Amino acid sequence: MGLDITWAVDWVRRSADVISEHRVELITLDREIGDGDHGENMDRGFQAVLPKLDDLPAGSTPGDVLKLVATTLISTVGGAAGPLYGTAYLKGAVAAGSETSLDGPAIAAVLTAARDGIVMRGKAESGDKTMVDAWTPAVDAADAAAASGADAAAVLAAAAAAAREGAIATEPLVARKGRASYLGERSAGHRDPGAESTALLLQAAADTASASAGA
Amino acid sequence: MRVATPGKVGVVFVSHSARIAEGLVELARQMAPSAALVAAGGTDDGRIGTSFDLVSSGIAEADSGAGVVVLCDLGSAILTTETALDFLDDETRERVRIVDAPLVEGGVAAAVAAESGDDLAQVVSAAESARGAGAGAADFELAQEAEASATAPVASAQAHSRTVTLVNADGLHARPAAELVKLASTFGPKVTVNGTDAKSLLSIMSLGLTKGATVEIASDDPEGGAAVDAIAALAESGFGEA
Repeated sequence: MGLDITWAVDWVRRSADVISEHRVELITLDREIGDGDHGENMDRGFQAVLPKLDDLPAGSTPGDVLKLVATTLISTVGGAAGPLYGTAYLKGAVAAGSETSLDGPAIAAVLTAARDGIVMRGKAESGDKTMVDAWTPAVDAADAAAASGADAAAVLAAAAAAAREGAIATEPLVARKGRASYLGERSAGHRDPGAESTALLLQAAADTASASAGA
Repeated sequence: MRVATPGKVGVVFVSHSARIAEGLVELARQMAPSAALVAAGGTDDGRIGTSFDLVSSGIAEADSGAGVVVLCDLGSAILTTETALDFLDDETRERVRIVDAPLVEGGVAAAVAAESGDDLAQVVSAAESARGAGAGAADFELAQEAEASATAPVASAQAHSRTVTLVNADGLHARPAAELVKLASTFGPKVTVNGTDAKSLLSIMSLGLTKGATVEIASDDPEGGAAVDAIAALAESGFGEA
C-alpha cells in the first residue's frame, strides 16, 4: 500500500511535534560540539511549515508537500541545517515527482535523492560525524527493504531504525565537517545533532506511515 | 540600499552577523566608494545565522549584468549561498562566483578591483590573492610595524632593493595600491614594500604612505630583480596619475 498526501502532511505535522519535543535535547547536543542553535533553528523551520500546510491546493501530491517543506526550511532555518535539509526535501520532492502515492521503491528513491542532495550540498562523507552518518545507513536499509518487496511503511521503518543506529554511532567519531570540526579530537564522545534530528525525522515518517497503513 | 553600478562587478558579503557584513561594506567602501557592495549578514529577523532571502536579494541588488562576487564566512554561509545560486536562472548563475578567500582581506581586495572596473575574473582573482600565505593577522601586524617606520625604512640586506619617493598627491590610496598589488601578483618571487608583502592589498593600504614617503621595494629572492624593478618603475611613474 502506497503513501499519499495524507501521510505526507501527517509526517510534517508529526515532525514539527517531535522536533519541538526534542528541541532542548538538540540544542544541548549542538552546544557541546557546535553553536547550539540546531534545536531552535529546526523548531522554527518546522513551525513555519505548519500554517502553510493548510494552504496546499486540492490535488496536491506528496512531492508538493516535500517542496513546501524545502522552501520553508531554506528560508527560515538560518543555520547549516536550512540549506542541508532544504536541499534534501527538494531533491526528495523531485524524486517523488507528481505521483499521488509512493510505494516501497518510490520511498527508497526519495530517501536516496534526499541523501544525495545533502552530500552534494555539504560535501560530507560517511564517518565525518554529520547527518550523512544517519542518512546513508537509512538509505542502504531502505534500498534493501524495498528490494525484498517491503511496502512503503516497512521501508520507512527499516530506514528509521538504521538512522537511529547511525546517529548513535556518531558519538565516538571525530568531526571532519561543519562547526564541530573546529573542535578536533574534542568532538569525540558527543552525538552529532544533525544525525540525531535525521533519526527523529525518519522515525516520524515511519510512525505516521504505520499509523496510516493501520488505518 | 545601493543599486548595482552599471558595467561593474558587484560584491556581496555573507556573514552570520549582520554587523560583520555591514562593517565590511563600511570598510571596503573607504577604498571603493562607488562599487556595488551589499551586506547580507544575519537572519531575516536579525539573529545570528544566514538568510537565503537576504543572500538572494543581495545578489540581485549587486548584479548589474557584469557579475557578482560573493564572499562568505563560516560553513552555513557558503551552504546558504550555494542554495541561493541553485535557485537563480542559468544565465544569472553563470556570472555569480562564490570566492573562497578571507572575508576581510579578500573582500576589500575584491571591492577595490570592482571599483577600478575589473571584469569578473579579475575581481575573483583579486579576492583570491588574499588567500595566499602571509595574508591575515600576522601580516597586518607586520604592516602596522612597517607603518610606524614608514618614513625611514631600515636599510636591509635584501638580494634586490630599490628605494623611490612617492610622488602621488594623494599618497598610495586605493587605486595605485591596487595597481601595485596587481603588478606584484604577476611575478612569482615575493616582493616587499617597506617590509610588507606587495601582494597583500590590505597590508599595502595599511602602510598609509603619503606623498613624499620613502618606499623601499625589495626582494630576498635571487629571482626577484625584475619584479622589484617593475614595481619601482610603476611607483616612480606615479602609477599613471602623479
